[in-house]
Amino acid sequence: MSATPPAAAGDGTLGAPRSRADLFWSFSWLALQGFGGVLAVVQRELVERKRWLTREQFVEDWAVAQIMPGPNVVNLSLMIGDRHFGLSGALAALAGMLTLPTLAVVLLAALYSNVADVPLVQGALRGMGAVAAGLILGTGIKLIGALRANPLGMPACIGLALATFVAIGLLRLPLGPVLLVLGGAACVWAWRRLP
Amino acid sequence: MNPADALSAADWLTLWLHFLSLSLLAVGGAITTAPDMHRYLVGSQHWLSDAQFNASIAIAQAAPGPNVLFVALVGWHVGLNAGGGPAGGWHAQGLALLGAAVAMLGILLPSGVLTYSATRWAHQRRELRAVRAFKAGLAPIVIALLMATGWLLSTAHGQPARDWPLWLLTAATTVLVWRTRLHLLWLIGAGALLGMLGWI
Repeated sequence: MSATPPAAAGDGTLGAPRSRADLFWSFSWLALQGFGGVLAVVQRELVERKRWLTREQFVEDWAVAQIMPGPNVVNLSLMIGDRHFGLSGALAALAGMLTLPTLAVVLLAALYSNVADVPLVQGALRGMGAVAAGLILGTGIKLIGALRANPLGMPACIGLALATFVAIGLLRLPLGPVLLVLGGAACVWAWRRLP
Repeated sequence: MNPADALSAADWLTLWLHFLSLSLLAVGGAITTAPDMHRYLVGSQHWLSDAQFNASIAIAQAAPGPNVLFVALVGWHVGLNAGGGPAGGWHAQGLALLGAAVAMLGILLPSGVLTYSATRWAHQRRELRAVRAFKAGLAPIVIALLMATGWLLSTAHGQPARDWPLWLLTAATTVLVWRTRLHLLWLIGAGALLGMLGWI
């Protein structure tokens, strides 16, 4: 949690992108897999396959990416690219995240008006939507394990997570105030518990 | 081409400034600014239709890539309309691409610069107690946000009594992602296939 050692505890050594081109193509490939959201793929590819980050580092970086304005996966690509190759790395990762997916989405939009009413297409979209929800839920469950190293302690983490889930998922309160109240309280609490 | 639909240079600038002004408000993703985009671009300016706006969001959700690409599609539609619609040929396609670029540059530039500078600053000071507390405190919150997003997407399916196969598929996917390392594209493909076969 405190220092970020080059080797992850118990998890073997961490990898790193070889070049800016590696960053570009890695982010292109994971963005193009990201149907219904990219975050699940980022977790799978960068933490589990390439091991550029430990699960704990991923949760920390993503917490920051989420809190900053702008799309969280775009922010993540800027942060990870910058860490390895500075500004040019950040731009390479950002370009990877956006270039090919933008072309894909524009192509789809050009085709969409012709096929929007085809039942096969509607069925496929329904099925992919249900899977996308599962990808997000499964990734969330997997990341809970990363909270074990959290200075707040597991019971407090679970309590905060439950409160947030109820506020956003069930009561549908706006994000800003929820982040301010629950996130603010959590940060102050963590500050007091850290040495 | 209908001259009433054409955009002047000042209009393009206005379009860009609109996205620029929304960028820093997009905490929690660009989709949170969609109501304001709709109000201005569809309601006040009539630069694109309601159906085009909704299609932009739907296509970006279904397509691969970050969901922020719906903003590119909104700009694409605005440009396409300015060029006279799909019948406008290469001229319209060119303006459509210009619209997509203007929209993306506007929505990403301020937030990207801010995120880049702030996270760089924080990374250089990552041993500071305040920086560590910030990340540690937010970790459980953002995991819950992810779960809430998944939950909202599942419940968008409608009534459990009629749509239970969709819920079952979501639950099965959740377990497979959690417990196995099955490639995510297989899961997406299986979902598309089940949907096309009409089983869900």
